[in-house]
Amino acid sequence: MDTLWDSRQVVLAAFGQTLGLLVVAGLGALVLGTILGAFRVSAVPALRAVGTAYVTVFRNTPLLVVFLLIYYGLPELEVRPPQFWRATIALVLYTAAFICEAVRSGVNAVDSGQAEAARSIGMGFGQSLRLVVLPQAFRAVVPPLANVLIALAKNTSLVAGFGIADATFRMRGLINNNPGDVYVIFVGIALGYVLIVAVIAFTARGLERQLAVAR
Amino acid sequence: MSSVLFDVPGPEALRRQRRASAITIVALVVLAALALFKLQTEGQLSGALWEPFVTPAYVQALLEAALTTLRVAVVAVALSVLFGAVFAVGRLSDRAWLSWPSALVVEFFRAVPLLMMILAIYLVYGDGLGKFWSLVIGLVLYNGSVLAEVFRAGVNAVPRGQSEAAYALGLRKSQVMQLILLPQAVRIMLPAIISQSVVALKDTSLGYVIPYEELTSVGRQVSIEFGNILPVAIVLALMFIVVNYSLSRLAVWLERRMGRSTQTASELDTGA
Repeated sequence: MDTLWDSRQVVLAAFGQTLGLLVVAGLGALVLGTILGAFRVSAVPALRAVGTAYVTVFRNTPLLVVFLLIYYGLPELEVRPPQFWRATIALVLYTAAFICEAVRSGVNAVDSGQAEAARSIGMGFGQSLRLVVLPQAFRAVVPPLANVLIALAKNTSLVAGFGIADATFRMRGLINNNPGDVYVIFVGIALGYVLIVAVIAFTARGLERQLAVAR
Repeated sequence: MSSVLFDVPGPEALRRQRRASAITIVALVVLAALALFKLQTEGQLSGALWEPFVTPAYVQALLEAALTTLRVAVVAVALSVLFGAVFAVGRLSDRAWLSWPSALVVEFFRAVPLLMMILAIYLVYGDGLGKFWSLVIGLVLYNGSVLAEVFRAGVNAVPRGQSEAAYALGLRKSQVMQLILLPQAVRIMLPAIISQSVVALKDTSLGYVIPYEELTSVGRQVSIEFGNILPVAIVLALMFIVVNYSLSRLAVWLERRMGRSTQTASELDTGA
C-alpha cells in the first residue's frame, strides 16, 4: 500500500501527462475528424473518396504501426517535433478516422424528411446543413463520440512504449522496483483510468439528456 | 447520388461538383508530389532501404511473423467468444451473486487500457506464462469483455415473444436461454464477432511492448538493422490493411445477407 502512497506525486504527474495527451489529441482529432466527416457526406465525389480512403487506411492500421510511422518516421524526414507532439500527431491521425465515422453516422441518423423540408422551403446545401441537419446530428453523435474519446483515453497508454512517462509507463517502473506490491500498484493505476473513462461516460450521458429531443 | 443532404444534382450543380472534384484531385496530386519529393530528398526512396522486402530471408521472416500474429489473433478471438458468452450469461442471470461480479469484471476490463493489462500480466506472471499467453490473456480479457456486452445486447434484442412463448410451453429458465435465446442471438451477432476480430488483430501489435515476436516487433527489428523505419511501417500498414479490410467486408456482407442488424460493424470498433 505504501509504495503507491509514497510515489503519489510521480503517479499524479503521470496521470497529468495522460490527461494532457487526451485533451490535446482529443481536440485535434475532433477538428480533423469533423472535417473528414464533412468530406464523407459532401456532394463532391472526389471529396467523398478522400474521406473514405482516409478512414479505410487508418481504421485498419494498428495504432502502434501509426506510432512507428510518425514517432520514428518523422525524424527520418528531418522533421523533429518533440516526442510529446509526435505521439499527439499519431493519436490525432488514428482517432480522426473514428471521429469521422461517428460524425457521418450522426448525419445519417437525421431523418431525410428534415432535409427535404429544408430544401423545399428554399434552403441551400450550407443552410440546410447548418440550420437543420447538424443541430440534430449533434444529438445523435454524442454517444458514439464519447466511445471514441474513451478509446482515445486508453490509447494514450501506447506512449509508454515510446519513452513518454504516462500512467502506464509509471506502472511498469513501479512494478519493476516493488515486485511485492504488484496488485496494489496495478489496481491503483487501473482505477485512475476507470475514473477518466467514467467522467467521459457520465458527461456524455448528461449532455445526451440535455440535448435529447423527441424525434 | 442523393442523400439526406442533397437532391440528385441538376446540370448547374453537376458542373459545380465536377469543378470541386477537379480541384480536389489537383490538390491531391500536388500533395502526393510534395510527399514523394520530400521522401526523395531525404533518400527514403533509395533501393537499399526497400531491399529487405525483396530479400527472401527477410520476406520469410516477415511472413512468419505475420503467421504468428494470425495465430495470436485466432486463439484470442476463440477464447474471447467463450469468455464473452460466459460473462454475458452471467450478467443476464437473475441471481445477484452471479450478475454483479460478471458486470464488475466486464466493466473493469473494458475501462482499463489493454496495453497496461498486457504489461502487468507479463511483468507478474510472464515467467510462468511466457510471452504468447501473456499477450493472449490480455487480449481475451479485453475483447471478451467487449463481446460479453455485444452478446448481452444480442440476447436482449431477441423479440420478447420468443421467450414468452418458450415459458408458456413450460421450459425452464436455463432451457429458454440455451434453446431459444442464445442460438438466435449468436446468429445476429456473427458479424459483430468478425468486426471484433479486426480489433483483436490490430491489438496483437501491442505484443511490441513485451516484446513478443509478432509482426510489428519483427518489423521494428528489421528497421533497426536497415535504418528504414518509414518503408517498414508502410509495408506493415499495408499488410494489416489488406487483412483487416477483407475481414470488415466479410462482416458487412454477412450482415446484409442476414438482413438484420442490431449493432453494425462500424459502431463496434471505436478505435480501442
